[in-house]
Amino acid sequence: MSYWIGNDQKLPQARLSVAQYVIAGITLFLLIGFWKLQIIQSDYYAQLAERNSIRSIPIIAPRGRMLDREGRVLVDNYPSFSVLLLREDAKLLTQNLPVVAEGLGVPLEEIQQQVDASKNIPKFQPILIKPEATPADIAFIESHRADLPLLELLMVHRRRYPRDGFMAHAIGYVGEVSEKQIEASGGKLRPGDFAGKSGLERQYNETLMGSDGLRRVIVNSVGKEVGRLEHTEATPGKPIKLTIDYDLQVVAEAAMAGQKGAVVAVDPRTGEVLAMTSHPAPDPNAFAVRISREEWKRLNEDEDRPLLNRVIQAQLAPGSVFKVVMSTAMLESKLIPEDFSVYCPGYADFYGRMFKCHVFGKGGHGQVELHKAVVQSCDVFFYNVGKRLGIDRISYYAYQLGLGRRTGIDLPGEENGLVPSEEWKKRVFKQPWYAGETISVAVGQGATVTTPLQLARTVGGIALGGVFKQPHLLLEAKNVKEEDFPISENTTEKVTQAMFGVVNEGGTAAASRLEGIEFCGKTGTAQLISGEGLKKAGKQRRFTDNAWFVGYAPRRNPEIVVAVLVEHGVHGSTAAAPVARDIIKAYYDKKGAREKKQFTVDYRRYDLGAQPDVAQAPVAGKPETDAAVQREAGHHP
Amino acid sequence: MREANKIRDFDWTLLLLVLSICSMGIIEIYSATRANALAGMHWKQFWWVVIGLACMLVVSRIDYHTILDQAPLLYLVGLAGLVLVLAIGERRFGHKSWIAIGGYTLQVSELVKLIIIVVLARFYSEVRTDRLSLLDLGKAGLLTGLPVGLILLQPDLGTTIMIVPIAAVGAFLVGIQWKHAVAFLLIGALLLPVGWSLLKPYQKERIHTFLRPEENPRGAGYQTQQAKIAVGSGGFWGKGIGKGSQNQLGFVPVRWSDFILAALAEEMGFVGVLVTLLLYMFLLRRLVQNAQWAKDRSGMHIVMGVAAVLGVHVFVNVGMMIGYVPVTGIPLPLMSYGGSSTLFVFMALGLVMNVRMKRFVN
Repeated sequence: MSYWIGNDQKLPQARLSVAQYVIAGITLFLLIGFWKLQIIQSDYYAQLAERNSIRSIPIIAPRGRMLDREGRVLVDNYPSFSVLLLREDAKLLTQNLPVVAEGLGVPLEEIQQQVDASKNIPKFQPILIKPEATPADIAFIESHRADLPLLELLMVHRRRYPRDGFMAHAIGYVGEVSEKQIEASGGKLRPGDFAGKSGLERQYNETLMGSDGLRRVIVNSVGKEVGRLEHTEATPGKPIKLTIDYDLQVVAEAAMAGQKGAVVAVDPRTGEVLAMTSHPAPDPNAFAVRISREEWKRLNEDEDRPLLNRVIQAQLAPGSVFKVVMSTAMLESKLIPEDFSVYCPGYADFYGRMFKCHVFGKGGHGQVELHKAVVQSCDVFFYNVGKRLGIDRISYYAYQLGLGRRTGIDLPGEENGLVPSEEWKKRVFKQPWYAGETISVAVGQGATVTTPLQLARTVGGIALGGVFKQPHLLLEAKNVKEEDFPISENTTEKVTQAMFGVVNEGGTAAASRLEGIEFCGKTGTAQLISGEGLKKAGKQRRFTDNAWFVGYAPRRNPEIVVAVLVEHGVHGSTAAAPVARDIIKAYYDKKGAREKKQFTVDYRRYDLGAQPDVAQAPVAGKPETDAAVQREAGHHP
Repeated sequence: MREANKIRDFDWTLLLLVLSICSMGIIEIYSATRANALAGMHWKQFWWVVIGLACMLVVSRIDYHTILDQAPLLYLVGLAGLVLVLAIGERRFGHKSWIAIGGYTLQVSELVKLIIIVVLARFYSEVRTDRLSLLDLGKAGLLTGLPVGLILLQPDLGTTIMIVPIAAVGAFLVGIQWKHAVAFLLIGALLLPVGWSLLKPYQKERIHTFLRPEENPRGAGYQTQQAKIAVGSGGFWGKGIGKGSQNQLGFVPVRWSDFILAALAEEMGFVGVLVTLLLYMFLLRRLVQNAQWAKDRSGMHIVMGVAAVLGVHVFVNVGMMIGYVPVTGIPLPLMSYGGSSTLFVFMALGLVMNVRMKRFVN
């Protein structure tokens, strides 16, 4: 044994006692630490623990479908995945945003902007950063659940619209709700929700939307679902049945393919809209996911204005179609004798200025009374009528017959149109009315502007003897408004006879005559600038005349009235009337076929768009359908 | 007669405390691993405890003076082991500190801790004054510094921190001069920036995270944060064994090992923590008491070396659970799952028993 074993020095007892106190002291100190966490802050940490392991995942309610009047599906849904970004952890978020951006193939600035834009939304609500996840995105998210706990997938239902802008304006489209909409919804909408932005989607959003369900699940530390707490099923949105007749819509779309303008077919007895199209039309499938800023800008700045629903938003001079209103006003006011006639040499002078008839340079209409004036669309006759009636009387009748104010159709964004009056000019321009302006107004020029839908309602209502139904697209619409402005039997008879003559007595629309159908109507050709101006502009297309036709059948108590606008179509007789004729023919073919159980319109050629795969974004312009539409359009050059 | 004395002198109180702590550990290991691939781990730990008890018995039967006699040899063996580990060791959890022996991997630095306790006990007991001279302090520093340097190369910061207190407690007991203590602290403080520059990035991050935990919750701070959530959400009574969401769903990191107390705190609440910490406190105080009753200074130094190592282990680990100490990868002695650390603790306790049983022997 070594020398040191015998060390008999006393033990340092005092210092060992210090150690005893140190041990007790540290233990107490640590216990106080646990007390703070487990007793004082335990609620806070309990909350954190719950937020760690419990995740609320909304179950998105599918939107209601849109069906035509016979129950054929116009708008449907398809399942898809949205990528949500969890923002509870600000630091984690800022650090990993570049990785997220790269993984999802979204520009970093875009995500950053979205994050910035959602600053006011509670942090526990995730935001939608990519609406349509590709299989690669899904793989990326699943494989990075543990190390990148920022992303979540959400099953959603996307809208599938008919392709190529079929009925696009009436249907409208859905889009991500804006912050303003979220605030206005009172908690019903959340960021990333989709709501109707235009058309019927917006009008009937409440009905279509349904209410989302909720799934509360337990997840483990790598985000894997290990248990279920609560499951509230989504209540799907209700479908809406439209007044649209798909067969007529197909004809309307085909007839307008490649043109700029609008068609609307209405049953004037009920106000039901049977077909409605506006061209050019955007493909709403492109917006159903998320439209890029460039594309949106392009659509908005396009000078053809594809986003405009021309049926209710194009406010253009009605041209000679206005003569129907003038004829009614002339007969109803009884200010001018029924057999009033003028001699038309092709022009007339009023207030020291020459006003041309449309036949100017090719002779004149000769002696003209009301019937012939409507059939041949003699301007000189109506110049004289206008001069005798005066602007305020014209204005009164036009307004009573439904112009210059909204029809009340169940679509957002309808325009008023305008019927000028002395009072209007004083109010808006602070100028007196000039008598010469009345002459222009009498033939539907000047300040007078109407929408196609207004003209359809007005002409249909006159043919019904003064019953004006509120146009609508919802088949089971309740409280359809009706305006009565009784027109005498004599007036109705004379005006409808004249419109019958336009098509059937060698009038301006004689080429569109239909055998066995009382097809009536009135053409219109509305100048955009004066004839001299047109010459100077060198006949550029954008200054050429707009073609109108409002046709209906049968002559009295019509079942269908069709208003057609072809912008820069030059003549109502050649550009617009054939479109109305085709629709009315299709209407009667179908009516006849229903009795004989056969169809002449082969709607199967216009399928409602291919069903896009989940992974594949809907693509506009499928070549097959384009060809089909052009083939059909070729029938009516 | 001599044998009877030995059994009577065996520290039954200490053994009872140890086994109580081990039982709580095994229960919590069961709860933390029952629902995943590690299920059944508590049985392994049970057997480690049994083996540990056997080791303890063996160590307690060899006269500690005999062990102290072999201190220089043990020291060389320890150093050689550390060099060997650096050369052929296995890398686990970021550091090279494991060596494979017949299918089992052994953490050499655990054994080195024991060796240093013995070596320093012998060194300090050879100092025959009540005032530690600067020269002796320097020698003690050198004896400690050599293995510590090798362990730092692994690099294992945690174990390093565990060893330094052995030297410090010993120096305190021998009678370190105040000026020396202050000087050492100052030198330490001055060396901090140097030390910082030698740290690995993950170590820097841990310390950074400790200072500002909310900055990077998914990185190192994530562990602290999740541990605190587990502890805090446990409340007074706890959520019940097997019912802690933080524990069962895997939010608590290595909940069967380093973070076992967080899992326990969640499921057994403040009550469970109180019992556990009191058990540890009684254990440590019992160790110091054994030191106070030691027959000679060398025995006292051995016991206090063990107390220092265990005390630092316990307090650093417990501090980690509530965010008082940065995450250093230190297990909770006797509770955390792990063969090497369990065996080390039992062998260390064997030394304590050894000293205790010699107290009446002349």
